[in-house]
Amino acid sequence: MIEVINVNKTFGDNQILKDVSATFEKGKVNLIIGQSGSGKSVLAKCIVGLHEVDSGQILYDERDFTKMDRLQRKEIRQEIGMLFQGSALFDSMTVEQNIKFPLTMFTKMSKKEMQERVDFCLERVNLTGKNGLYPAECSGGMQKRIAIARAISMNPKYLFCDEPNSGLDPQTSILIDNLIREITYEYDITTIVITHDMNSVIEIGDNVTFINQGQNWWQGDRKSIITTDNPEINDFVFASDFMKEIKETLKKI
Amino acid sequence: MGIIQNIGKYFMMMYIVFSKPEKWKIFRRRFFEEMELIGVKSIPIVALMSAFMGAVIALQTASNMDNPLLPAYTVGYITRSSTILEFSPTIISLILAGKVGSNIASEVGTMRVTEQIDALEIMGVNSLSYLVLPKVTSAMIFFPVLIIFSIGLSLIGGWLSLKLSGLSSTETYIYGIRFFYRDSDIVYALTKTVVFAFLITSIASFKGYYTKGGSLDVGKSSTEAVVSASVAILIANFFLTQMFLL
Repeated sequence: MIEVINVNKTFGDNQILKDVSATFEKGKVNLIIGQSGSGKSVLAKCIVGLHEVDSGQILYDERDFTKMDRLQRKEIRQEIGMLFQGSALFDSMTVEQNIKFPLTMFTKMSKKEMQERVDFCLERVNLTGKNGLYPAECSGGMQKRIAIARAISMNPKYLFCDEPNSGLDPQTSILIDNLIREITYEYDITTIVITHDMNSVIEIGDNVTFINQGQNWWQGDRKSIITTDNPEINDFVFASDFMKEIKETLKKI
Repeated sequence: MGIIQNIGKYFMMMYIVFSKPEKWKIFRRRFFEEMELIGVKSIPIVALMSAFMGAVIALQTASNMDNPLLPAYTVGYITRSSTILEFSPTIISLILAGKVGSNIASEVGTMRVTEQIDALEIMGVNSLSYLVLPKVTSAMIFFPVLIIFSIGLSLIGGWLSLKLSGLSSTETYIYGIRFFYRDSDIVYALTKTVVFAFLITSIASFKGYYTKGGSLDVGKSSTEAVVSASVAILIANFFLTQMFLL
């Protein structure tokens, strides 16, 4: 479980996060949603330590990340897997080398064990046999799946996904969403997904945190998001007339 | 203020770069990869530049020596001295600042804007040590080799140009090259090269690592890296010359 307690973050005179508190539960897909510029990506970067918080606490299973030194953070980071918006695969490495990279850096596995782990991860994301390809030779959806394979190679306790569906067609988006959900349940990990994609919210949002103007505006599950009367979240989730109609229909059901 | 801040940031970066690598085995592998990329792949351009540089120095010297009091071997002597003391270490380093500097800045800058560096950090890898240390160390070790190679080729280029133009004989040229030779000149040239190698790779890495934005900014960082490294080489050259020769 990851807990964010009263986190504040300012860039110059611009306060991005204002006393944000949220809980991201283990074994669930926790979504962070919000408009562009609302502070959701900054919140995620604060949680993983790419940005330092001005004040507040970030607890990884009760271990305060904000008070840790570099070495302690390094240990926590080896428990984190992250899927970046643009996949962030290492261009100069093959698919296999990308997945093997964290294993080579942080484990004492033998070559055979590493190979088995790589093959297992590739099989898990349905990319068996693609070991020798370079990221540039793979489609956007494949790159996301390779990034997921790399993220799970170290058996992470925490999985972060930054806009996993950006730039993907609806079918591939669903495939990625399902993969994230399956992995979360299968390995009982704490998954945080930052997304704009309303389909993801409805499909996989076990726990949804809505960030608005740098604050935690609303938190609930995918069912309560449909029934909520919160005007800001309704404006965001059901922005179009078509979506508003769907909401009304769903409410009646 | 911006320059002072950047200098401070640069030194803080270098402090992290020189921290202990995560795994020596990986550092060794990366070190040799960088040596090939930065050093071995620069051999053709260094060879071409050096041969023509030596040829031009020899021709210029020979064609401008119209005083009968000057001995004929002066051509070889001047070619050797200017090649060892200035042309090979400084001019070749300036060329390498362009080739290697822009390569490093664009590689690291692209990794920054495509979040590959963030990916390394999140995995718990010291990205500066992993990416920059092998570049800096391999350049500091391989550039002197390149400069020795450059000196040799430059002298051969000088000899060939004189031979083909008939401005001096081989014996006289070789006598000039060997005349009043000091080992300390080579030490001076190599020391300069090590400093220049450090400046080129570290400044280019700094510019690349702190790139913000997109592909356009990577290009900008690359240009800034070449300009900054070249200026740093010229300034360092001035101080090193004062320290060693005066």
